[in-house]
Amino acid sequence: MDGYSLSDLFSIVVMQGFSGLSLFSVLLLMALGLAIIFGQMGVINMAHGEFMTIGAYTIYLTSKFTESYLPSFMPYYFIAAILASFVIAFGAGYLLEFLLIRHLYKRPLDTLLATWGLSLILQQVFRSAFGAREVSATLPDWLMGSWKPTPSIDIPLNGLFVMAMSILVTGLVGLFLFKSKWGLKVRATTQNRIMAGAVGINTKMVDRVTFAIGCGIAGVAGACFTTIASTGPTSGSLYIVDTFLVVVFGGTASLFGTIASAFSIAQAQSILTFFLTNAMGKVVTLLTIIAILMMRPEGLLRSKVRR
Amino acid sequence: MKALGMILGGKRGAMDLLVIAALIFVVFPLGLDIFRLNLVGKYLTFAYCAVGLVMLWGYGGILSLGQGVFFGIGGYCMAMFLKLEASDPISTAHQTTPGIPDFMDWNQVTQLPIFWEPFHSFIFTLLAIVAIPALVAYIIGVSMFKRRVSGVYFSIITQAIAAIVTILVVGQQGFTGGINGITDLKTLHGWNINTDFAKYVLYFVNGVLLLLSIVLSKLVLSTKLGRLLLALRDKEDRVRFSGYDVANFKVFVFCLAAVISAIGGAMFTLQVGFMSPSIIGIVPSIEMVIFAAIGGRMSLVGAIYGALLVNYGKTAFSESFPTLWLFFMGLLFIGVVMVFPDGLSGLYKTHVEPRLRQILRKQGKKTVSSKTSIEKAGA
Repeated sequence: MDGYSLSDLFSIVVMQGFSGLSLFSVLLLMALGLAIIFGQMGVINMAHGEFMTIGAYTIYLTSKFTESYLPSFMPYYFIAAILASFVIAFGAGYLLEFLLIRHLYKRPLDTLLATWGLSLILQQVFRSAFGAREVSATLPDWLMGSWKPTPSIDIPLNGLFVMAMSILVTGLVGLFLFKSKWGLKVRATTQNRIMAGAVGINTKMVDRVTFAIGCGIAGVAGACFTTIASTGPTSGSLYIVDTFLVVVFGGTASLFGTIASAFSIAQAQSILTFFLTNAMGKVVTLLTIIAILMMRPEGLLRSKVRR
Repeated sequence: MKALGMILGGKRGAMDLLVIAALIFVVFPLGLDIFRLNLVGKYLTFAYCAVGLVMLWGYGGILSLGQGVFFGIGGYCMAMFLKLEASDPISTAHQTTPGIPDFMDWNQVTQLPIFWEPFHSFIFTLLAIVAIPALVAYIIGVSMFKRRVSGVYFSIITQAIAAIVTILVVGQQGFTGGINGITDLKTLHGWNINTDFAKYVLYFVNGVLLLLSIVLSKLVLSTKLGRLLLALRDKEDRVRFSGYDVANFKVFVFCLAAVISAIGGAMFTLQVGFMSPSIIGIVPSIEMVIFAAIGGRMSLVGAIYGALLVNYGKTAFSESFPTLWLFFMGLLFIGVVMVFPDGLSGLYKTHVEPRLRQILRKQGKKTVSSKTSIEKAGA
């Protein structure tokens, strides 16, 4: 650390901390959907990363469409595109649950394999449709540029936007789960499926909608992802291991646990990356998480289920 | 003799083994040139992992998505020994530091790392191929199973471990050879492993070891331990309440699967002549599961067929239709779960065997009718 003065070090911490926050936002959005699905149905969707990619390509397509047909709409298209990526990923998730997942709730390990197969197929579809090269959407002007509170600190606006989006979506999910009638049904099904069915909740429908919402949120994650990186056929799968760990580390069925674990994993990774190499930062982070998980298998916040 | 029959799974089990042995030791060597045979040998090394997964996943109900790690440990141990033998001071005299592997020299490493030193010894290498994966599996297994981490959690964590190991191996280029792996392996105790004759020998050694590991697995399954494994797969709590420490059985089968995979890894290095991180990561690890699933997750011999068929398909498809292969692979994953969960062995049992028996019975009526009834009772 000798080469850095104290104020340099401060700037580094702020900027690395901020890049950690952007990573945190994407991870959180990815993990939210997965956590809801895993918490309620106990299945892991290996193709979750591909739903993120669906969202990202939706943004790319809408941006290209707007650019060539409605150039005057360019500053505003992004908001509509985010909605579109949610809707498309939601629809795809709904279909997936109906065709595949619902037959496999009793066999969670087989769900892993089947959804892995799906992710292979989707990746190849992306590759055939959009090419193997990474593409990036044309962002509206208000997402470009950066904010400089001091001369040595430089915070990009797109990072801020991603953060705002993830706070918004997390808030919406919280509201949905804890204040809406649907959320009540979802929580009831999570806690006790049989009793929920007995009091007249259509648990199958709840499953399907929950699954679709989880996928839809992954679509929004993909939309946010396009503002900080370019999209390729395998973009989603790069995040998938981290996302799984966020969910497992956070403990299931706990919104707050997911947030806390996404935050700590992202921050640890981006700060360590600066001081170590890129690869070693990731290795140290993941190893630490696994070590903690070995001591606390229930994750950060344990769910109140007796085993 | 009777006990042996029991272990092999009666007349039918022995028959299955005989067929695959004939295929490996007679049909392939006679029908294929050495290049193709070497390729088959490579596929068969993946079958070790599939055999391990049949024990672990089919019988134990534990799905590990990190078997590639153990395959890699075995492979890298062997590769380190061979690499040290290939980098003697005379043939590496042009390097800045003679006597160390070439990739270390390229990465400005000037001294052999300490953990490489023991791999000068062949005995140590052989021990390490068995002991290190067993130890790693033991540590992971104890810390997971004793705390009752199971099901999807275990799968995710083993997958993360596979990811970590790959990143580590790729990142530490000076010590591990990085993304290229350990290449340019030449001799084993002065015996050139790249000649056709050596390839034949290694192919047969590989086949024998593979069949031995199947027999070993059958031995395990024929004991009370095997019954308990099945029981805890189906009703873990009931086994626990009967007074058994469930975790110990899981740790044991996890270690067994790890060791079998590692032997496969070592044979891979010997036959293919290199070891690299591309064979141990997340994707290869999960592909090993599909070998076991295609063969039939409960069939040890099926695992060999699964590994052979999927790998053959991969080679054939990706040569002619590279884009179609991923579709096909994806469909295999989905199909083996949705349509034929018992894999090829299940299809064989439900579709082929009844017909075979019908034919046999027709002939049997004419000759010895009592023999078929014994066979039926045996099955």
